[in-house]
Amino acid sequence: MTTQLKPTPPILLKVKNLKKHFQAKDSSGTTQTVYALNGISFILREGETLGLVGESGCGKSTAARTILRLIEPTAGEIFYREQNLLALGQNKLRSLRKEMQIIFQDPLASLNPRKQIGKILEEPFDIHGFTDPTEIQERIAWLLDKVGLSSDQVDKYPHEFSGGQLQRIGIARAIALNPSMVVADEPVSALDVSIRAQVINLLLDLKESMQISYLFISHDMAIVRHFCDRVAVMYLGIIVELADSESLYNVPQHPYTEALLAAIPSIDPESKKERVKIKGDLPNAMNMPKGCAFHTRCPIREKRCEESIPQLKETRPGHHVACFLRE
Amino acid sequence: MSAPELWVKNLKVAFTTADEELVAVRGISYQLNRGETLALVGESGSGKTVSALSVLRLIPEPPGKILSGEILFDDQDLLKLTAKELRERRGRDIAMIFQDPMTSMNPVLTIGEQIIETLLRHTPLSRKEAQEKTIHLLKQVDIPSPEQKLDQYPHQFSGGMRQRVMIAMALSCSPRILIADEPTTALDVLIQAQILDLLKQIKKESQMSILLITHDLGVVAEIAQRVMVMYAGDIVETGPVDELFKSPLHPYTSGLINSVPTLESIPQKDSKLNEIPGTVPSLSKIPSGCPFHPRCPSVESRCRTDKPHLKETAPGHAVSCWLHP
Repeated sequence: MTTQLKPTPPILLKVKNLKKHFQAKDSSGTTQTVYALNGISFILREGETLGLVGESGCGKSTAARTILRLIEPTAGEIFYREQNLLALGQNKLRSLRKEMQIIFQDPLASLNPRKQIGKILEEPFDIHGFTDPTEIQERIAWLLDKVGLSSDQVDKYPHEFSGGQLQRIGIARAIALNPSMVVADEPVSALDVSIRAQVINLLLDLKESMQISYLFISHDMAIVRHFCDRVAVMYLGIIVELADSESLYNVPQHPYTEALLAAIPSIDPESKKERVKIKGDLPNAMNMPKGCAFHTRCPIREKRCEESIPQLKETRPGHHVACFLRE
Repeated sequence: MSAPELWVKNLKVAFTTADEELVAVRGISYQLNRGETLALVGESGSGKTVSALSVLRLIPEPPGKILSGEILFDDQDLLKLTAKELRERRGRDIAMIFQDPMTSMNPVLTIGEQIIETLLRHTPLSRKEAQEKTIHLLKQVDIPSPEQKLDQYPHQFSGGMRQRVMIAMALSCSPRILIADEPTTALDVLIQAQILDLLKQIKKESQMSILLITHDLGVVAEIAQRVMVMYAGDIVETGPVDELFKSPLHPYTSGLINSVPTLESIPQKDSKLNEIPGTVPSLSKIPSGCPFHPRCPSVESRCRTDKPHLKETAPGHAVSCWLHP
């Protein structure tokens, strides 16, 4: 691989032992702790795309929001270019937000229905102290062109656009202030199949032309393989496997990753694979299993998996897995 | 091939808004054979759900209206039945499962009551027999300790378990046809795999026919034998699943297949996905000629003016495209 010959790019984001626990009422009305995020650590380098994958309830969206401090973590540390985000006051944090943006899953819900697109796209510039109206309008025209929309659409309201166009507007808003890092939280899940490829291609374009690093949250293992340099697989609030895309997809180590890959229905008739059967449901995050979080559904579990928690360990260069049987 | 279990002829369905009539299904015809799984694939607005709901006349009228067509089942046109006759058919001969089991079950009735109600309505079983049958049905769909689950409410189940309960409910009267509208779309991939296995197993044990509505080509390949691809209210291609995926004829079908990254396709670093340009047309602005022509990479001049019709190119494989006249 040629990428290994280049110097390693500097670290943009460093997350250490990040936790987020919520208080919620269970069905009987008693307050319980929801263990949404239970200590995840990873780094994101400049220009890199890291995928966070897992099923609903694995904590991937909580991770995204906590990292941007849209919700406050329970414990842990987040460094952006060596600045401790959790130590920053609101003003400092706001000025740093220029560099860290987010794209949401539902583009219609994340745009104000009563504002014209032009007004929505003016907001980032207003908030971050741009005053020259001509410059702002020029920037907006440039942004719309960049995401494949025409600038004569600034007077339209969100409901006048299709889902794919709305997601382009959401992307335009996210890249307005030249961010270095964009968190994309299931950016194509709500879109039609024929539109998904368009939006993925747009994100790839922007990565090249604007040097953006992505934290890409998704449940779609095939899209993640296509889009991400490295992948972290999450299960019940922890990372169970973290590796280069190539390594993760070719030689998955964790039984959960294996099951996820095997469960994807394929349109290739030649690939009728034997499915690793996973029984049962995701355990409730209010009532975490003891030991390895996956042991209740694991096809290869042993006694020790029920008693102690395996830690992420490097099993091949750059390939980390949290499983006693695959260490 | 045996006689069709369900025969839909020239079905046309429209919705009326304040100022216009939007045609959602533009005269489609198909047959569902006994014991087969037939998939109806399309994106939002393609008319796939509307055409499936029309089979049981579940389209709200108004604003919906079935403009024309016949839906033949047992030599009877379902579109001509009275409301009472139709109620007899629903649930007993033709059952349906939906994408979101939470909104399609009654939240204030236990799941036991909901299944028993169906059985008492359509079968001569006594209440006690109906209860035993319900336990048996829940067991059949792999619900653990079904005796206790009878008294639980839908919200006490996980998404995957709710979908199992809904399948049990649909199977309660041993229907001849099961219409499954995006049955796994709301589920995670591991649970989806469980539900697809369950549907396959049920079909093996009975001679039930399944009409599966989905946007997921992978799900189609997993459980269907035949597939119909819908675009803007029309069937644009239909054929056996393996053949259609291996050699799709309609540019929309091949565009869809090529735009979906698979685990088998080895990605080049930062390579682009094959995209279909443009957007799905809205019902009020269906393009002239072939409705796909503004997005089609192989568009010719007559595609803009003349609408192609489904033509058989090989036994069982038909396409509506001027490239294959």
